[in-house]
Amino acid sequence: MNSAVVTLFKLAVLAGLALFPAIGSSFYVELVAKILVMAIFAMSLALLVGFTGLVSLGHAAYFGIAAYTVALIAPEYEAANLWFVLVASVLAAAVAAFFIGLFVLRTKGIYFIMVTLAFAQMAYYIFHDTALGRSSDGIYLNFKPDASLFGWMPFNLDEPLQLYYFILAAMVAVFVLLAFVLRSPFGRVLAGIHSNEHRMKSLGYATFRYKLAAFTLAGALAGVAGFLYAVLFGFVTPEYLSWHHSGNVLMMVILGGLGSLAGAVAGAFAFIGLQEMFSDWTKHWQLLMGLVIVAAVLFMPTGLAGLPRRIFRTINWGEDDE
Amino acid sequence: MSEAMLVADRLTRHFGGLTANLEVCITLERGKLHALLGPNGAGKSTCINMLSGDLPPSSGRILLEDRDVTGLDSAARSHRGIGRSYQRTNIFPQFTVLENCRLAAQSRKPRPWRIFTDAMKASDTVERAHAAIVEAGLGGRELRKAGVLSHGEQRQLEIAMVLATDARVLLLDEPLAGMGSEESAQMVELLRKLKQNRAILLVEHDMDAVFAVADTITVMVEGSVLESGPPEQIRNSEEVQAAYLGEEEHG
Repeated sequence: MNSAVVTLFKLAVLAGLALFPAIGSSFYVELVAKILVMAIFAMSLALLVGFTGLVSLGHAAYFGIAAYTVALIAPEYEAANLWFVLVASVLAAAVAAFFIGLFVLRTKGIYFIMVTLAFAQMAYYIFHDTALGRSSDGIYLNFKPDASLFGWMPFNLDEPLQLYYFILAAMVAVFVLLAFVLRSPFGRVLAGIHSNEHRMKSLGYATFRYKLAAFTLAGALAGVAGFLYAVLFGFVTPEYLSWHHSGNVLMMVILGGLGSLAGAVAGAFAFIGLQEMFSDWTKHWQLLMGLVIVAAVLFMPTGLAGLPRRIFRTINWGEDDE
Repeated sequence: MSEAMLVADRLTRHFGGLTANLEVCITLERGKLHALLGPNGAGKSTCINMLSGDLPPSSGRILLEDRDVTGLDSAARSHRGIGRSYQRTNIFPQFTVLENCRLAAQSRKPRPWRIFTDAMKASDTVERAHAAIVEAGLGGRELRKAGVLSHGEQRQLEIAMVLATDARVLLLDEPLAGMGSEESAQMVELLRKLKQNRAILLVEHDMDAVFAVADTITVMVEGSVLESGPPEQIRNSEEVQAAYLGEEEHG
C-alpha cells in the first residue's frame, strides 16, 4: 500500500464528511459534528500517548477548562464574540496544561498516569463544588458566539450547517497542524523521547522542555475541542472534566491505533458510533463497549489505523512496503 | 603537543555505605586515548557515569578545558563537547541509522520553533549525520533500521551518534563488547583515527585492543586508581599484574 493510496483515502473520507449534510438528517449532522469535535480531542491526546509516550489519564481537564471558560466569560443576554472566546478558552487550557505539566512531567510511567488523573480530579471538583462552576448541574451558553470580525460576518454559527462546517474545518486544521509538527525537528525529538529518553538527554536534549511544550500544545488542542463542544451543545457540565471522559478519549486513541493521527480520528468515529448503537439497544451499553475494547486490544494491536495494512497482507494483495 | 581537555579531580562517589570511587584523578588529552582498566566492580562504570553527567559525584570536580562542569547534567555537558557511548547498546531501534545520527546532529541546531519545516530537509543536519555515519564505517547502511543491524554495527552506530554531535571528548564504554575478532580489529582502527583530533576515554576489557591503541592506561581496583602510566609501564608493573592482569589470565 503506497502513500498515494492513503492520501487518496483520506481525501475521500474528507469529501464524504463535507457532503454528509446533504444526505444526513439534522440529528446525524449533529452526531457527526460531535464526533469531529471528539476527533480533535483524540488527536490532541494522541500527540502525548502515541507520539511522545506520555499516557495522560487527565486529559479531560483541558477540554473542560476551555468549555467552562466560554460559558463563564460569555455574556448572559447576548452573543459573545467568537474569536475572543475561542482565543481566551484555548489560552486558558494551554496555561493550565503548562502549569500542571511543570509538576506532572517530573514523574514517569504509572506515577505520571496517577498525577495527571489527580490534577484532573482537582479541576473537576473546582467546577463541581465551588462558586466558580456556579452549579454542579452546569451552565447554559444561551447564544452561539458571533463570528463577526471588524463588522464583517464570515459565517453564522446559529445555522447548524455552518456550525458543522466550522467544526469540520477546525478538525482538518488540527490534523494538518499536527501532521506538520510531527515531521518537524520538534516532532522528531518527541519521537526520540518516546523511543529512548535517556539517550536523548545524553545527546544534549533538554527533554523536559520538549515534553512540557508537547503537553501544553496537547492541552491547547484539547481546549479547541472543549470550546467547540460547548458551542455545539450550548451547555457545559463538570462531567466534561470527569475521569470517565479522560478514559473515553484514551480508549478512542487506543482503538484507533497508537502513533497515528488518522487512527485517532477513526477511533473517535468507532467509539462514538458504537456508543450510539449500543445505547440504542441497552442502557448497559458500557458492558458491550468494554468487550469491544478488550477484543480490539487482543485482536487488533495496531488499532484501526493498522487494519488496512493487515488486511492487505492477509489477502496478499499489493506489495509489502516496509 | 598535548593539552588537557577533561580533568577529573579527586572524584568520589558513595552509594550508601559503599564507596564506588575514591579520589579518582584522570586527565584526558587531545590526540590521546586514555584507557581505563580494572576488574568487574572496580568502579569504571561509576567513573564514566560521573564524567558524562549521568551520575553526580559525592565530591571532587570535573573540568572541561579549565571550566568547571561538575554541576551540569548530561545534556548540558553534551553541548560543551562531551559525548558518550554506552556499554549496553543504547540507540533508537525503530529508527533508521540515518535518523539515529540525524537526531544526534540535530541536537546541535535544534530549531524547535520551526514546526512547519520538514526535519529531513534540514540539509546541514542531514549532512553532518551522513559524515558521522561514513566516519564510523557504516556507509551504505543509512536506511536500515537500527534494531536489525548486527551487534557490531550497532556498536559502530553508537559511536556514529556521538560523532554526529561533534563531540571533542569521547567517553566510550566498552565499544568492543561482544564483538568478533574481525569487528574488533576494525573498531581498533576506527579508534586510532578518531583520537587524532579528539580526547578519548576508553573503558574496555579487551587487553589486546587496549594495549594496541592506548597512549595512557589507568588501572582501577576497588574504586581507587592503582596505577596510571604509559602501556609499557602498566604491562611491567608487578602491582598491576598481581591485582588484575594475573587474575584475568586465570579467570
